[in-house]
Amino acid sequence: MGGNMKKIIVVGNGMVGFKFCEKLHQADQEKNFEIQVFGEEQWPAYDRVHLSSFFEGKAKDELLLAPREWYENRSIELLTNTLIVQINRNLQVVIDHLGNKHQYDYLVLATGSSAFVPAITGVEKKGVFVYRTLEDLEALKSYASHCKSAAILGGGLLGLEAAKAALDLGLQTHVVEFAPRLMARQLDDQGALLLKTKMEELGIQIHLQKTTSEILGNGKLKGLQFTDGSFLEVDMLIISAGIKPRDELARKTGLAVAPRGGIVVDDHLKTSDPNIYVIGEAASHRGLIYGLVAPGYEMATQVVNQLIGKEVKPFEGFDMSTKLKLIEVEVGSFGDALGETPGSKPILYKNKTKGIYKRVNISADGKRLLGGILVGDTSQYGMLHQFFQNHMALPPEPEDLILGNRGGKSAQGFGIDALPDSAQVCACENITKLHLCQAVQEGNQNISSLKECTKAGTGCGGCLPMVNDLLNSELKKLGKAVKTTLCEHFSYTRQELLDLIKIKEIKTFRALINEFGSGQGCEICKPVVASLLASTWNEPIVKHQHIQDTNDRYLANIQKGGSYSVVPRIAGGEITPEKLIVIGQVAAKYQLYTKITGGQRIDLFGARVDQLPDIWEELIAAGFESGHAYGKSLRTVKSCVGSTWCRFGVQDSVSFAIEIENRYKGLRAPHKIKGAVSGCIRECAEAQSKDFGIIATEKGWNLYVCGNGGSKPQHALLFATDLDSKTCIQYIDRFLMYYIKTADPLTRTATWLNKLEGGIDHLREVVIDDSLGLGEELEREMEFLVNTYSCEWKEVVENPQLRARFKPFINTEEPDSSLQFEPLRGQKIPSNWV
Amino acid sequence: MERETIFWFKAAPIHAFPIDSGACIKYLDQQIAVFNFSQSGEWYACQNLCPHRMQMVLARGLLGSCGEEPKVACPFHKKTFSLKDGKNLNGDDCHITTYPTKIEGEYLYIGLPFETSQSEKAENIT
Ligand code: SRM
Ligand SMILES: Cc1cc2nc3c(=O)[nH]c(=O)nc-3n(C[C@H](O)[C@H](O)[C@H](O)COP(=O)(O)OP(=O)(O)OC[C@H]3O[C@@H](n4cnc5c(N)ncnc54)[C@H](O)[C@@H]3O)c2cc1C
Ligand code: SF4
Ligand code: FES
Repeated sequence: MGGNMKKIIVVGNGMVGFKFCEKLHQADQEKNFEIQVFGEEQWPAYDRVHLSSFFEGKAKDELLLAPREWYENRSIELLTNTLIVQINRNLQVVIDHLGNKHQYDYLVLATGSSAFVPAITGVEKKGVFVYRTLEDLEALKSYASHCKSAAILGGGLLGLEAAKAALDLGLQTHVVEFAPRLMARQLDDQGALLLKTKMEELGIQIHLQKTTSEILGNGKLKGLQFTDGSFLEVDMLIISAGIKPRDELARKTGLAVAPRGGIVVDDHLKTSDPNIYVIGEAASHRGLIYGLVAPGYEMATQVVNQLIGKEVKPFEGFDMSTKLKLIEVEVGSFGDALGETPGSKPILYKNKTKGIYKRVNISADGKRLLGGILVGDTSQYGMLHQFFQNHMALPPEPEDLILGNRGGKSAQGFGIDALPDSAQVCACENITKLHLCQAVQEGNQNISSLKECTKAGTGCGGCLPMVNDLLNSELKKLGKAVKTTLCEHFSYTRQELLDLIKIKEIKTFRALINEFGSGQGCEICKPVVASLLASTWNEPIVKHQHIQDTNDRYLANIQKGGSYSVVPRIAGGEITPEKLIVIGQVAAKYQLYTKITGGQRIDLFGARVDQLPDIWEELIAAGFESGHAYGKSLRTVKSCVGSTWCRFGVQDSVSFAIEIENRYKGLRAPHKIKGAVSGCIRECAEAQSKDFGIIATEKGWNLYVCGNGGSKPQHALLFATDLDSKTCIQYIDRFLMYYIKTADPLTRTATWLNKLEGGIDHLREVVIDDSLGLGEELEREMEFLVNTYSCEWKEVVENPQLRARFKPFINTEEPDSSLQFEPLRGQKIPSNWV
Repeated sequence: MERETIFWFKAAPIHAFPIDSGACIKYLDQQIAVFNFSQSGEWYACQNLCPHRMQMVLARGLLGSCGEEPKVACPFHKKTFSLKDGKNLNGDDCHITTYPTKIEGEYLYIGLPFETSQSEKAENIT
């Protein structure tokens, strides 16, 4: 270390201040600089962009960008809970709230911004919050537990994010916006209208063109009074009306501040004082404040380069494209989204039934993409943004950009390979395609090492799909097979392991890892191998309990607090009154919380592990079987009542559903499988949302495949029409077996199909036309599985050794007394976790 | 951590434990998870409480290794912990307490700190 180290003081330990420390430490190989950072908040810098995930149960320390040791290990002095109150430029010192003085050679202001709170009468009332810091969210969350409803003031990006959070907190949620549309700066009228409809479908009420005149309530807020005379009664208010740069230090010390706030900097991010830089949201550059992380990170890099004497380009401003996150509605907006460039020509695509709106604005000469809007489907965002950002020449039919996949064949030439080397893939870290390709060539050939080496995808994570595509395409070019190996213990794919298990007749995990793997296995490979062994040999999974996830190990679903749930099979949803009574009796006897599931059956919650065999003994005696709710296996085949009772029914959907559910019960697969049978086109069984769905026709059955509910719903595709029952089952046999053999772990059929080369056409060729000559083999394998089915719970109940495994303790017969329950509406629920 | 004074608690005969997985031992109010690797004959013991959401479940987690480090994955959110020193291997702040083990005459013994007495609740051991 040299004796004349320069001392840098960073004021503000937010996202950008942190990035500055990280970059400077990395770049300063010669140890010319000593860094001291001051943060007003009590925590070290955290990921503000993903702040809302705090409501999804993310712990505070998971949000930290780096733990305190990170700073210590790099000799960066971090002082949290410390507010800098003054700068003395003549003496080059800053003064903290305790009056301590700290000397600097260079000062970097990264003070960010605070939430802008409009001067409305009553904003000081209890129950009014902003949405900016962890502390804000903590306060908000605890207050919300006594509230029923909330309003969000502001219908911009952040406001909508806050609205989703309020909704997730179980509040009746309102968004109040002053402008005539949501996200007024990013969306046009049509896009905003669709967004509004979608938000309303989520249960969020939207109030446009409302100006709040007063916040009413006696000490504590009771509602909002609008200038048009109307009144909205709510229990709390979250203000999200914009940001206010933290420029107070600069003001006091006489640095120039922009009329609308923000510390004025030049293209080198310098203030009028050559020793003071400003980066992040506190800076006003060419009259603009950048309320996003990516430009802040770029500023940090710029200043680091100047300090270490690297070549510097002037800061040119930054693209403000955004993709709305965290909310179920997909929204993207980039470049000149509203088409304000003179001569720009919009191309619009609207699909009302699917709820999709897309718009791209093309330059007057038709050569360049100026900007665009995507609502309802942002799958093309990455590509479009690249076209825009890299000034790439547009294809002859620019509408292909948003219409994409027409006529079954995928559009050519928009793939990752079409991007220029200079294309910026990760905006947060400013990583180009060339960077990434080089890193792959240098040996970073899996996603985690690529992320670690380049930092791409470590910010907002939005570019990860592209980084992944790039990695795969680059590996292909290097002649390497692109494979997703399971984990550190097996360098094989799931499919390869399946083949090995079959060919080598491997029956245990131990044998497989000894011969083809290394180490002791882990929570990733063990359950996968368990599933593979089960799909191949159909031996009772209890034989492999040590490699099963807890649900499969105890043949029940673990719940909060460590109790389990019991789900007996009720094939097709049909149940006799006698059996219903038994369920009721068992539930009452063991005090189980009872609920009808979304899958047409009954879930009994809250059983202690030692009670499971006794409960099942009683259920089995009454004719029930395991429902496999714990397994990656067939769940339910839903039915509608069908032609036996229903005046519209054209086939007996219940009988067929029961037949099918019993056929595939116990079948182990890469993920769970669900089916349904509807008795006519009205589709009351919702068959088109299932992995396989059957809808009755006058002539037989229409078969649909690869549907999905869940977080990314996808309709099943029509696979074959007017089948007789036998052919229908034959196709499902082949379809399921082919899926089991080729899908990656934890991939539902819909995702599998999306990745399957050749898509649904290929699947039809394999299953219907038998193009691979696999048909008979697939059927034979399925027949074997169907014939070797046995109820695993029956086995446990009848086998004292297996039963003994359900003891909570090895050294005593006592039950686990740590389980705690509370009453709710006449039943019990587990005490909430911390 | 003060560990000078431990006593060896005679937990259970080794054949009572499932192979290559976990089981739980109760000592007074305390729940202790015990794991074994059948091939190498290694035995490990740690607190049964997962510090992430304070759930008494680690014994029901999957056993494995990360490089050379033996580890257990909590069944709830798959946080993984070293069975050697209790370190959280996902880089989070929460760690667990591990205890030494030994086998004598077909019995597994767990080395517990002497102060562990009836008055101490399981929650306090972190
Ligand atoms: C109990 C039930 C909710 C209810 O009270 O109604 C339920 C409960 C769970 N669901 Fe579900 N799902 C239930 C019906 C559904 C449905 C509706 C349906 O089946 O018709 C769906 C959407 C349809 C679909 O799957 O496509 C559904 C989509 C999911 C998903 C998202 C799957 C996806 O592909 O995106 C998950 C997460 C996962 O599996 O990774 C999930 C996961 C879970 C888990 C396993 C979450 C967990 O890890 O603890 C829950 C545990 C079940 C338990 O403890 O018994 N559950 N879940 C329903 C049980 C149905 C049954 O009888 O077996
Ligand atoms: C809920 C939410 C969601 C967001 N989502 C996105 C998104 O999806 N994409 C995106 O690009 N951006 C998003 N943003 C914006 C992004 O978080 C900011 O652009 C970014 O945090 C700016 O970084 P910064 O370091 O400039 O400011 P900040 O992160 O605000 O950090 C400034 C820090 O300095 C401290 N400080 C201020 N003055 C002093 C002082 N005098 N002494 C000591 N410390 C001081 C403050 O307490 C603060 O901790 C989101 C913001 C929020 C609140
Ligand atoms: S789909 Fe609806 S209308 Fe048709 S048979 Fe079923 S219940 Fe009746
Ligand atoms: S409770 Fe163990 S990982 Fe969450």
